[in-house]
Amino acid sequence: MIAKQRFQSNLILIFLSALALLYLVPLLVVFMNSFKGRFYISDAPFAFPDAKTFSGINNYTSGIAKTGFIQAFGYSLFITVFSVAVIVFFTAMTAWCITRVKSKVSSMIYYLMVFSMIVPFQMVMFTMSKMANMLRLDNPIGIIIIYLGFGAGLSVFIFSGFIKSIPREIEEAATIDGCSPIQTFFLIVLPILKPIAITVAILNTMWIWNDYLLPYLVIGSNYKTIPIAVQYLQGGYGSRDMGAMMAMLVLAIVPIVIFYLTSQKYIIEGVVTGAVKG
Amino acid sequence: MEKMPKRYYAFFTLPTVIAFVISFLIPFIMGIYLSFTEFRTVTDAKWVGVTNYISAFTEDNNFINAGLFTAKFAVVSVVLINLIAFSLALLLTRRIRGTNTFRTVFFMPNLIGGIVLGYIWQLIINGVLINFGVDITFSENYGFWGLIVLMNWQMAGYMMVIYIAAIQNIPTELVEAAKIDGADSWQILKNITIPLVMPAVTICTFLTVTNSFKLFDQNLALTAGAPARKSAMLALDIFTTFYGRVGAEGVGQAKAVIFFIIVALIVLLQLRVSRTREVES
Repeated sequence: MIAKQRFQSNLILIFLSALALLYLVPLLVVFMNSFKGRFYISDAPFAFPDAKTFSGINNYTSGIAKTGFIQAFGYSLFITVFSVAVIVFFTAMTAWCITRVKSKVSSMIYYLMVFSMIVPFQMVMFTMSKMANMLRLDNPIGIIIIYLGFGAGLSVFIFSGFIKSIPREIEEAATIDGCSPIQTFFLIVLPILKPIAITVAILNTMWIWNDYLLPYLVIGSNYKTIPIAVQYLQGGYGSRDMGAMMAMLVLAIVPIVIFYLTSQKYIIEGVVTGAVKG
Repeated sequence: MEKMPKRYYAFFTLPTVIAFVISFLIPFIMGIYLSFTEFRTVTDAKWVGVTNYISAFTEDNNFINAGLFTAKFAVVSVVLINLIAFSLALLLTRRIRGTNTFRTVFFMPNLIGGIVLGYIWQLIINGVLINFGVDITFSENYGFWGLIVLMNWQMAGYMMVIYIAAIQNIPTELVEAAKIDGADSWQILKNITIPLVMPAVTICTFLTVTNSFKLFDQNLALTAGAPARKSAMLALDIFTTFYGRVGAEGVGQAKAVIFFIIVALIVLLQLRVSRTREVES
């Protein structure tokens, strides 16, 4: 019996290892091709680079020059970090306020924001980008406000769900001790919200860092984020520089993988919480 | 804190509400209005009634094709992704060595953006197809199965994580008791595991359905609709209608409204299904 079980789990182990390897193959192929000359990629993507096809870091230097990758990385980082910070900060405030103060206005705000979660982006993309243009929000700072508006739905929803489970007594005690609502929120409530704030931050980071269409429509012509820079390389048919493309794909993947490996526990927890609540 | 002075209420809610109104609410209402008009910019809208809605279906077959392609894609990807994810979750909850490493690997593609994913798989799929002298733009079937493989690679790990959480929530006494009663592993799976993870199945099914319906970046990067918009899904078709040809903005907006209604119906269905489940249990 035990021998049979051990055999079985060894079999599973071998199967999973093979599958895990298969999972990584696409990434390894891209990595390998990023060191081959641009004309040797499409025809034989699975061939290792050899003396003839190896091109060192040429693809990286030409790709970075063509797409302005360093700048794109800067814009992506700036927009993601500040949008996420702004979203977490303001939606936590809003969610606490409309959960605690029961009124018609509160439930209207709540339901409108929850409603926005089910609306596909294509529904508002045109009018929203015109609006952003009219209000001069079409720059890396203005887009933060757009992201706050679009991120409000999911974030308020997740925060509200969590706040409902916090006993009111703590806050009531603070009020009796003479705290204003602002003091109560920042001194008492905000520290309690920390674990769920991490979830909200992770979900929004994954969304905004990878977002393509929204920044493309709002700021794309003047400021390229990483996804826009990658798509930009596509260009017209035939003119595409495959070498630069491979190098840019690698450079786009590396930061995410590092982020993932360093905060994996939070990411997986956050995604599960987000999915179950959403 | 049942009541709060108005200035505090404004302090807490206004920043989010203003951003929400600017970037979502006004554009949403304007979007519905504009779908009944002909416009180039927004300010020059002329009322045309339901003409745009009729044109969306009659001008060409693109929208209907995209709808069928999307529905077919959603069905196939929902079944495959959930089967793979659930099987992986079962294997990874059997206390084998290296469980965490496997979980890390299988979940990783989920973090990579859609555009990047699309180009990674374009390289791989074209690399295989070149042996047959074609590439992914040759037939919409290649685009279809390419997207299926891509979505499985991206989403299976995500769904797997949700299933793992659900399986780990099953009380161990239940499984122990079944074992003492002489149940084999197939009976345990059928009578304990699957019924108890049904809420997770509902969640994962609808997550995959809505994600499949809204798919855009992957579609754009992998095939961009080639050949001749035949592998374009709804979101991409709407985008192409809007920005492909001047003068078709109204039709694009009408398509977007229809798209919104389809997605909303799916979500309402999900809410009903999970409500009835909750009442039952």
